[in-house]
Amino acid sequence: MKNFFVYLIVMAGVTYLIRTVPLIVFRGKVKNKYIKSFLAYIPYSVLASMTFPAIFYSTGSMISGVAGTVTGFILAYRRKSLLFVAISACAVSLLFAILQ
Amino acid sequence: MKAKDIRKGMHDGIPIALGYVSVSFTFGLMAVGSGMKWWQAVLISMTNLTSAGQFAGLEIMMMEGGLIEMALTQLVINIRYALMSISLSQKADDTFTVPVRMAVGFGVTDEIFAVAVGKNKSVGKYYMAGLIIVPYIGWAAGTVAGALLGEVLPQIVSDALGIAIYGMFLAIIIPKARDDSKCFKVIVIAVLLSCCFKYLPVLNSISSGFVIIICAVAASVVGALLYPIEESE
Repeated sequence: MKNFFVYLIVMAGVTYLIRTVPLIVFRGKVKNKYIKSFLAYIPYSVLASMTFPAIFYSTGSMISGVAGTVTGFILAYRRKSLLFVAISACAVSLLFAILQ
Repeated sequence: MKAKDIRKGMHDGIPIALGYVSVSFTFGLMAVGSGMKWWQAVLISMTNLTSAGQFAGLEIMMMEGGLIEMALTQLVINIRYALMSISLSQKADDTFTVPVRMAVGFGVTDEIFAVAVGKNKSVGKYYMAGLIIVPYIGWAAGTVAGALLGEVLPQIVSDALGIAIYGMFLAIIIPKARDDSKCFKVIVIAVLLSCCFKYLPVLNSISSGFVIIICAVAASVVGALLYPIEESE
């Protein structure tokens, strides 16, 4: 492997700048209705496209993945906490993996 | 006010931290499994604080990829943070001076961002400090645990932990989709697009970092044009 620290600096540096530069540059409140809407939708569209369909393949087997997804979906719909939803999805996936 | 805001932030950060422990545990486990020293894995977690970027970065290090490749990969996978930072900037109150922004920027992650913008009122620096520090500790601690203990954990358990981060994402997007029919439509569009990139030929050869950006930007543009949020909402 090349020098670990060179990789680390490039990796961390790029990631830091991506997050911080926009926070410093875009300081005024956006007034335009469409840009505001776009920015309001971004977090949810990012998380949605990261989650589906990757969640089905996240546990090493499709059956346990789907079981965990259904569990997480139902609990999230009932407004359970982040932690409770995450742990329950893991637990059900594990259960299905054991039963399989 | 200061102590109360920090405490409130820390409280809101606990579920994020616990979710992070399972994900960073997996990262530590994989890093050591692929030949990295435990302290190197922990150093990556403590300086990057990002899941997808770290997993991709680890792979590049192990394959001895180029530095340009490393930089571009991080840029593509993490460009969503730039969009989140712009969005977060809209929620920031006047305690967000430039030095504060330089510090808070480090802690912009999917979940921290989602919790911060999910607040009804604007957010201040003390709240953000609390909201970042607890997940940060969880992220670092999980990496340490995964790097040191990973080998004793049965494969079946570490596999099941893989769904943890997505479970957290569900807990953020599903209640929002339930409450907000416009956001629900945007989420559905994003999911459909994302599935196209997974299952359709040609499209499925595009790397996952790009796919997230394309889907998220396209769905949000469509949403902004078709279902703009009116001032009163």
